[in-house]
Amino acid sequence: MKRISEKLNSGSWIFLLSMIIIYSFLIIFKFDLGIKVIRQFLILLVKIIPVFILVIFLLFILNLFLSPRKIAKLLGKESGIKGWLLAIGGGIISTGPIYMWYPLLKDLRDKGMRNAYLVAFLYNRAIKPALLPMMIYYFGFPLVAVLCIYMILFSIINGLLVEKAIKNNL
Amino acid sequence: MNKTKITQSFQKTINYLQRIVPILLGVIMAISLFIVLIPKSFYRAVFTGKNFFDPLIGACLGSVAAGNPITSYIIGGELLKEGVSLIAVVAFILSWVTVGVVQLPAESLILGRKFALIRNLFSFISAIIIAILTVLTLSIL
Repeated sequence: MKRISEKLNSGSWIFLLSMIIIYSFLIIFKFDLGIKVIRQFLILLVKIIPVFILVIFLLFILNLFLSPRKIAKLLGKESGIKGWLLAIGGGIISTGPIYMWYPLLKDLRDKGMRNAYLVAFLYNRAIKPALLPMMIYYFGFPLVAVLCIYMILFSIINGLLVEKAIKNNL
Repeated sequence: MNKTKITQSFQKTINYLQRIVPILLGVIMAISLFIVLIPKSFYRAVFTGKNFFDPLIGACLGSVAAGNPITSYIIGGELLKEGVSLIAVVAFILSWVTVGVVQLPAESLILGRKFALIRNLFSFISAIIIAILTVLTLSIL
């Protein structure tokens, strides 16, 4: 898992470096166009910075009160409606890259956690409280609210369908 | 509040920042480049405004992309400004986080191939359905 994380991390730096190289070429060979692109970049950056600061603060708070082990401990215990609520809630409040969760979830499944909860957990990772300000900034509160409700609903439907499909050997 | 816990949380947030900042800067740079270089007619050609094909294309693009959800919000927001339909953008941001073609090998390896394939397939279909339902609901509200 650490290797995947390192790979992604180095990939992101390579990506940034390649963008810097493209920008440098633009400035050298097409100066006017390069300036236009840089201006557009600064406009976007200035717009995003305040929301990003809020996102970082919320992440810090979440990291302070939650840990993957704590969430996993809760998920492994419950079943029924409480199990669904924990899978949904756990997915929403979980942080970090998705692949970091695979070993923990496998461990929970080996200990008896239903596939349906696992799917619901993974699906609800799409709703991130810390990132909601950014989402609202771009798409507005009504859309984000409606989308979150549908996502929670479909996480249950998907969970049940995937579980059934696996059981029926589809 | 435990001082060690605050330090740990701070360290975790710093680690997150180290991971996300280069991607975020790179994506903003790429989007700026696209905004200036690609004419609006291109988006109109890819996203034709058809109720089924637009979310399908959006979901396909989101599925093969990977990375932090913030990136998908920025790209989605800019696509909206370029005139791409909301339905396509919602399918795009949804499949970005729920479908993981890039993570599929890791998911298959750890959680099982069948599980990973079925889960991703259902997530892909759901992204399109949710996109249509979300836009329909918003038009009613």
